[in-house]
Amino acid sequence: MTVVDLGTIRRLVSVTVDDVEHRVPEGATIMDVLDDAGADTPRLCQAPNLTPVNACRVCVVEVEGSRPLVPSCARKVEDGMVVRTDTERVAHSRKMVLELLASANDLSEAGDDVARWQIEYGADPERYGPPGPPAAAGERGNRHPGHHGLPDGETRATVAQPVTVDNDLYVRDYARCILCYKCVEACGTDAQNTFAIAVAGRGFDATISTEFAVPLPDSACVYCGNCIGVCPTGALKSVAEHERREAGTWDPEGETVTSTICSFCGVGCTLELHVQDNTIVNVTSPHDHAVTHGHLCIKGRFGFQHVQNVAPPGEH
Amino acid sequence: MDLVLLPDASTDAERAAVDGVVGAPAQPRRDLLLPALHAVMDAVGWISRGALSYVCDRLHVPPAEAYGVATFYALFSVTPRAPRTAHVCDDVGCAAFGGEDLCAAMEERLGPAGSGDEVTWTRSPCLGLCERAPAVFLQLATPPSEREGSPDATRALESSPHDDAHGPGGHAQIAPATADAVVRALHGDDVPGPDPVVSTPQAGAPDLELLSRVGVVDPGDLDSYRAAGGYAGLRRALAVGPARVVDEITVASLTGRGGAAFPTGTKWAAVAGSPEPEKYLVCNADESEPGTFKDRVLMEADPFALVEAMTVAGIAVGARTGYLYVRGEYPAAERALVRAVDEARRHGFLGDDVMGSGRTFDVELRRGAGAYICGEETALMNSLEGRRGEPRAKPPFPTVAGLFGKPTVINNVETLVNVLRIVAEGGPAFASVGSGRSTGTKLFCLSGVVARPGVYEVPMGTTLRELLELAGGVPPDLRAILLGGAAGSFVTPDQLDVPLTLEGTREIGATLGSGVVLCFDSSTDFAAVLRRIAGFFRDESCGQCVPCRVGTVRQEEALARIVRGREIGGRTVELQLLRDVDRVMTDASICGLGQTAASAVRSALALGLVGGSS
Ligand SMILES: Cc1cc2nc3c(=O)[nH]c(=O)nc-3n(C[C@H](O)[C@H](O)[C@H](O)COP(=O)(O)O)c2cc1C
Ligand code: SF4
Ligand code: SF4
Ligand code: SF4
Ligand code: FES
Ligand code: FES
Repeated sequence: MTVVDLGTIRRLVSVTVDDVEHRVPEGATIMDVLDDAGADTPRLCQAPNLTPVNACRVCVVEVEGSRPLVPSCARKVEDGMVVRTDTERVAHSRKMVLELLASANDLSEAGDDVARWQIEYGADPERYGPPGPPAAAGERGNRHPGHHGLPDGETRATVAQPVTVDNDLYVRDYARCILCYKCVEACGTDAQNTFAIAVAGRGFDATISTEFAVPLPDSACVYCGNCIGVCPTGALKSVAEHERREAGTWDPEGETVTSTICSFCGVGCTLELHVQDNTIVNVTSPHDHAVTHGHLCIKGRFGFQHVQNVAPPGEH
Repeated sequence: MDLVLLPDASTDAERAAVDGVVGAPAQPRRDLLLPALHAVMDAVGWISRGALSYVCDRLHVPPAEAYGVATFYALFSVTPRAPRTAHVCDDVGCAAFGGEDLCAAMEERLGPAGSGDEVTWTRSPCLGLCERAPAVFLQLATPPSEREGSPDATRALESSPHDDAHGPGGHAQIAPATADAVVRALHGDDVPGPDPVVSTPQAGAPDLELLSRVGVVDPGDLDSYRAAGGYAGLRRALAVGPARVVDEITVASLTGRGGAAFPTGTKWAAVAGSPEPEKYLVCNADESEPGTFKDRVLMEADPFALVEAMTVAGIAVGARTGYLYVRGEYPAAERALVRAVDEARRHGFLGDDVMGSGRTFDVELRRGAGAYICGEETALMNSLEGRRGEPRAKPPFPTVAGLFGKPTVINNVETLVNVLRIVAEGGPAFASVGSGRSTGTKLFCLSGVVARPGVYEVPMGTTLRELLELAGGVPPDLRAILLGGAAGSFVTPDQLDVPLTLEGTREIGATLGSGVVLCFDSSTDFAAVLRRIAGFFRDESCGQCVPCRVGTVRQEEALARIVRGREIGGRTVELQLLRDVDRVMTDASICGLGQTAASAVRSALALGLVGGSS
């Protein structure tokens, strides 16, 4: 069969996944193929609206000819590629990534998928011993690369630390941060082009940080909230959500979502207003939206405070 | 993007240091970020908010990203630190050989690590001086005003014809070091640098190839190098043309000496054949694998050979610029190379008409800043581009998209120096030494309990026992040898007849790695050795991927429990845990660091060197 190249239509290549052959467009990732086939491939650092960083390694698969496992989110298919997802090796690495992360991070707000994968793959973070004491505020960001104290192994090191609250719009709860780089990408070249935050430090002591860890109001941050929009773990969240969670009044079951068009300017971004108990707690935009790709600006993301302030009670 | 800079002001000294690197108009040259940060460190001793803002302003780099870069490297400090710092090696080649004693003495003399306003000390991973343990690297900031007039400064200034070049600063190495010498040096006394000839016990012997000029030529004198046959290789390479040179390298079956043993000809042919007009050559001189010091000796004792070899390589693959990335802790090597590059340029061996051939090639020297991971080829490229030294995903491979996104050949120092012999004698002659994929001669770094530690050159296929004989005999009471580095594995006295080839070592489950042969006798506290190796990987992980970032931490913790007899759930359970961590690091890490971080630990456990079940 000849496939005619019509310019925008891409050549099809043949890929075998767990003995089943797939014909897929050139340029697709292995994960695209797995998703199309309906497989439940775990993922943490991948997002459809961001460039793959392939950092978390939870999506790994076996590819014939490659000794190490391969991140399915980033690796493009090649004609004749033979992929296996059903092996003990793949399951083992996925389990270990989930387990190692859970041993160092608070994943309790990382969503239902992550909770399900933890159980499915059999992650057991407790076998590394009891968690060590949390770091004091700012301490983790001040560790010098190349040294650390000799551990005795009695407790397991974690990234636990206090929540950073330094502005009225959103908080940074880095005890939950899995260093997926999504916020950095959203703030930088993938959306916002602001570069207010980056990864600082090295190895286990790496953190997401502004320069010299200055408070956000002193940084380049414009409060577009695009970092919040992509954060998979609840490390970044609106003050509204943070306060409700702290107060025990966070109610995702009772949340309703209403779509609307942002009226602040002429671009026409689609907004999804997340409402709990008659109050807008978050504003998002669908990542497959042609204009926003899920990204917004401060007015769309946080203008709800303004909406709520001017609208008479009960009218929204 | 508009830069938002912190309001903190920079000082005159900070601005002068940065301007010395960036030149008059601000330039959007992110690749100058490391040189600029080095300049600030060299002048002031730490990077203040004002200094970082000034750097960002001049180079147009977002401050959060510049901070991310500055905090990645161990030789940069973003908090005030004494301008004169002694980095004391406590790594596996030094710790038991005076390193730990020296740390204790430093603590007694100067207080806890990091304390002190004017002078201080800190622990360091391997400094590449293991043959003369214990080793110290002195990071000495000198304000440019004070540097003027000092012989060192004059040389640095003279040899910096480019805007973007930087002086090697006043840094120094001491090995073997005593607390007295270190403290005196911290207070301004001159210290004699290491003598590479002393580290080359074979120096002057016949039958040497790579080491043939060590101790024979004056490393500072181009004429002396030429009198010893220097630049005959480049002359021949220019005469036969690039295609022929690439062929000879392929026929020689030269494999990379940086650790991964990739066929050099394959890389060169790929880049030479690329239609992309812009290409680069990079020399990986970031030597940081614990126990490795061969590249340092070559660079200190025979710098022109590397410059010539880079020129041959660059012209063969069609690159006009070769970046030479030298480890930050190697000031003597850097000084020797700065001088050699300068001399070569002055005499037409570099520049836009190399040896009258009409071809252009020049060398840009860049200094690393304290990060083992920057020896990984793609991390090194990120570092050259002014980014955090995080390895990139492969594919694309550097031969397709390397430095600045262009096709790039990256080779180790020793690999490149081999090229001179290949162009002089031809590929077949080179391939006739050794066997299989293991051709030519190989440098080994002998240290630990050997009578005559140092760099040795032997033909591929020499046995480990024969190598030890050269260094004064198989050490009495030898218990284990760390072969190939921290990323290698332990071998035992019953394995001394292994031929030192890629194939031979693989057969016994070991690797040549970077040529490390670190010997331990039965008085060794292997628990301490293993904890140091585990700690090394935990420190040097870039942090990008989960298996390595968290796995190296868990490996170190589990090892601590095992050697302290504090296992959770018993020995078997802990060993299973270590195996699980090992597997995920080996299988699912992005780069070679994570993929080999469990290698030495695995072999030590299997051999019963720790855990007492021998
Ligand atoms: C963690 C790590 C550290 C490395 N360090 C070095 C090094 O210090 N020097 C070096 O030449 N190669 C080092 N390498 C190997 C390089 O990635 C690369 O293979 C080499 O520079 C290629 O040159 P060659 O083919 O001439 O050996 C390292 C690799 C890894 C994974
Ligand atoms: S709110 Fe926007 S500008 Fe601020 S850090 Fe997040 S992505 Fe960057
Ligand atoms: S803060 Fe969230 S988005 Fe950013 S790296 Fe951490 S987990 Fe990822
Ligand atoms: S394996 Fe380690 S050093 Fe390599 S990319 Fe991953 S975290 Fe970084
Ligand atoms: S989802 Fe693929 S590496 Fe993170
Ligand atoms: S210099 Fe100390 S171990 Fe290499």
